[in-house]
Amino acid sequence: MDNGKSNLYDWMMNLDRRWVYLVIGVVVTLTAIAPFKVPVYVTPEVRNIYNFVESMEPGEVLMIGVDYAPEAMAELHPMNYAITRQCFAKGIKLLLCCLHQNGPGMVEQVIAQVSKEYDKVNGVDYVYLGYKPYPAITILAMGQNFRIPFPEDYYGTSLDSLPMMRNIVNFDNVQAIINISAGSATEYWINYANGRYNAKLAIGVTGVMTSDYYPFLQSGQIFGIIGGMKGAAEYEDLAEKGGYISRKKDQLTAFKSMPIQTTTHIVVILFIVLGNVGYFMSKKVK
Amino acid sequence: MRRVMPFTIVTVTGLFMLVQYFIPREEFEWLYEWTLDWIIVIGCFAMLLGLWSMTYVSVSKVRRKIPGWGYNVITLAGLFFVLIVGFVPGQASLVRGSAFMHLFEYIYIPVQASMFSLLAFYIASAAYRAFRARTILATILLVSAIIIMLRLVPLGPLSAVNQWLANFILTVPNMAAKRAFWIGVGLGATATALKIMLGIERTYMGRD
Repeated sequence: MDNGKSNLYDWMMNLDRRWVYLVIGVVVTLTAIAPFKVPVYVTPEVRNIYNFVESMEPGEVLMIGVDYAPEAMAELHPMNYAITRQCFAKGIKLLLCCLHQNGPGMVEQVIAQVSKEYDKVNGVDYVYLGYKPYPAITILAMGQNFRIPFPEDYYGTSLDSLPMMRNIVNFDNVQAIINISAGSATEYWINYANGRYNAKLAIGVTGVMTSDYYPFLQSGQIFGIIGGMKGAAEYEDLAEKGGYISRKKDQLTAFKSMPIQTTTHIVVILFIVLGNVGYFMSKKVK
Repeated sequence: MRRVMPFTIVTVTGLFMLVQYFIPREEFEWLYEWTLDWIIVIGCFAMLLGLWSMTYVSVSKVRRKIPGWGYNVITLAGLFFVLIVGFVPGQASLVRGSAFMHLFEYIYIPVQASMFSLLAFYIASAAYRAFRARTILATILLVSAIIIMLRLVPLGPLSAVNQWLANFILTVPNMAAKRAFWIGVGLGATATALKIMLGIERTYMGRD
């Protein structure tokens, strides 16, 4: 009897990883097929960013630094879309740049789609500066003048000939910067854009990166954090309540993915519990 | 000369970048911007060097038929195909709808997104194996991880308590540890920079 129990506990402890993969795969698929509503608790660090954008006047300029590649799309694209839609709906002008080599396509995807939705014109309502390597150098140079690292925009037009850029020289002329990033670029934005040039900064990062940046939130170097898909869902929730995005138009992508993330987390927790029960019970039997 | 020259360049530029921060004069601003231009130019050459290095390594593996050389053929084919498509005359390669952006949107994005999606499976398996309450420290890690993970799970009336606990973990112990970590990194970086500028650390010259 004890031998049978011991075998069961050993099985619980040393489950073949293929079972884990199978269960995760089944749970993700089932939740995608039959989603349910997950309530989202909005954290103050996300609300701060939303409220800041909300407080901006039409014609003011917000800068978005997009520093992620397709691998982080699922987490970061939704917040990028939500912020861009909120800004365009409010008549806020956007200045975009990219410091990740695979990021230009990400910006292009968002801006091409959302500008069409709101009839916004390149050079008048938004300017996409494009990509430059070496984030630290580029940020330092932008702090002097956007024209140093980016004499032309992404599409090859001289910045001086763009109406929106007439009165924009450097970070002093943008109300705030939101850096959406899946890598180390965020540290450069904090160190140089905020540290050296005192730019008002908020960040949107992947879930695993979020805990790294809480010290900067407390120290006041950043005024908000949107953490991963959960943070994006919080932002979408606020943006939907504000009337900037709509469920009917399928614009709440992070919110829609929350059930999958929720069930996957529950399954992971259950596996951890299973392993630990097996571990303690086998110790007891032995 | 081979040692003195790089050492002099590193020391002078290092000291200049350090000092200019504290001297708000126009000449220093100009020099600073000039240095930034130099860094970008050097970086561009470093990219060319990287391109050459990757091509050289891949070609030599293919020539010698080293096991797995087929992957190098794919790497080279991908590299030069994307490069050629990017330089096709008569079209702006970075605008949506161009051949280059089609490659990005219909090959690169799905491939990278799929690769990253696999992480969910690996993380689940790794969490199942790693989070065992074998010691007190491992138990603290396990409990913290579960609380943070439960942040995403609706728990009814317990959600508020769990949110409070998760926020506490993130903003108190996590922040204290991260702050200590960042201070350590800062001090380490300063010490390394000083060692390089003073010529104590010379491994960047290719020898110790």
